[in-house]
Amino acid sequence: MDANSFFNIGNLIAGILTIGIVSFLYKDNPLYKFCEALFVGISAGYWFVTIIFTVILPKLYDKLISQEYVYLVGGAFGVLMLLRLVPKISWLSNWALAFVVGSTAGVNLIGYLQSNGMNQVKNTILPLWTGAWGSSIGNLIIVVGTFCGLVYFFFSKEHKGVFGGLAKTGILFLMVTFGAAFGYTVMSRMSLLIGRMDFVFGTWMGLIR
Amino acid sequence: MNFWQKLLAVDRRVIFALVAVAVIIPFFLSFPIKITVSPPVQAVYDYIEKLPPGSLVMISCDYDPPSAPELQPMTETMLKHFFLKDLKVIILGLWPQGSVQANIALEVVMRDPILKAKNLKYGVDYVNLGFTAGNEFVIIRMGTDIHAAFPVDFNGTKIAELPLMQNVRNFDNIAFVFNVSAGYPGTYEWVIFGVDRYRFKLGAGNTAVQAPLVSPYVQSGQLIGLLGGMRGGAEYEEVSHYFGKATGFMRSQTFSHAVVIFFIIVGNLAYFMTRGKRT
Repeated sequence: MDANSFFNIGNLIAGILTIGIVSFLYKDNPLYKFCEALFVGISAGYWFVTIIFTVILPKLYDKLISQEYVYLVGGAFGVLMLLRLVPKISWLSNWALAFVVGSTAGVNLIGYLQSNGMNQVKNTILPLWTGAWGSSIGNLIIVVGTFCGLVYFFFSKEHKGVFGGLAKTGILFLMVTFGAAFGYTVMSRMSLLIGRMDFVFGTWMGLIR
Repeated sequence: MNFWQKLLAVDRRVIFALVAVAVIIPFFLSFPIKITVSPPVQAVYDYIEKLPPGSLVMISCDYDPPSAPELQPMTETMLKHFFLKDLKVIILGLWPQGSVQANIALEVVMRDPILKAKNLKYGVDYVNLGFTAGNEFVIIRMGTDIHAAFPVDFNGTKIAELPLMQNVRNFDNIAFVFNVSAGYPGTYEWVIFGVDRYRFKLGAGNTAVQAPLVSPYVQSGQLIGLLGGMRGGAEYEEVSHYFGKATGFMRSQTFSHAVVIFFIIVGNLAYFMTRGKRT
């Protein structure tokens, strides 16, 4: 074991906190509770400082100092948002909220409709025979999967007969999708564990060469 | 209690312990692992290979340390590929820690002897614009004026003073954008508010959780290609022959997946064998 890396103050703290968090897998314990509370506290503090230095100072204070007074409008909305904490006039925060909801909805509506709606629909209108078996089968799966998936979510008609069969096929496609998503999620979580173990046995203990 | 019932009653901590062993043991073993490169990963590599030297590329690191095991190897390999191809690199982050992660990756990448010999200079060959708040609105702003979205770089230097940024106005000047994403804002926003508005070429590297959700964008051509999770990172290392941590990590990934698959099969078998027999 590499004593230098082990007793390095940063590594030591990170290593002990890692063990503290992982210890929950055995059972809940005071060390885990301490690490969890520390994490929540540090995260809150980090975000507080980040917002001051990346939003309030450069995007409000600096702008006002350079006499760009239009930014006062944004600042005023920010103050209105905080009035939520004052019960008697908390309704004023709705104005700021309305601005955020309205502008975000306006920006997102067109973007999502075009990118996730129109473009995706366009790309499911595919030739069923492309001249090659591989791509033709791929296209067929996309067309059938999309159609049957949509049929499954059509609830104005009872899922019986041919319609019911199509809906069941839709369920099959949905199950495959969920299975793929689950597989990827397992891979993602394992990656995080691998990263932590690499830190503990490699960076901290210096056992991996 | 018969064998199958005992299996169903196995303490979950036994499974945790076996997964831990499957993850840790491969760190100390060195066996070859075959990594097949998928078409979406190959597509990203091929596109970058075709870019002429001196082209401007952008990498947006939209993740933080918790996602680093999956995404940091991608950032490192991608930066290395950019620099070895003599591309000019603009780095930024839509997440506060993203550009810090990029600096960590730069430190690792710059240790490479070939890159050391190139004597790459900050401000001339690459810049780190840092983080600016605003999520998708930053992308929209960059579409009209990058200088307005990022008036200063990571170190607080005015970007107008950086030689690399002097002739860069918006996405029209950028040949390729690569987004390394762990969530919001990330690949969704880059596609919706970037690609579909300003028509630039985008590739993405995502956490595995996100990968199946953004893969329809590959089929639709809104993304050039996609690196999905640690596996995607390992594939990129394989195709580019710049081996980093992702390839080594795939050994642990393979073993741990084998354990999970084993328990899924055994758990289902035990469930069906004891169906109707349980009290």
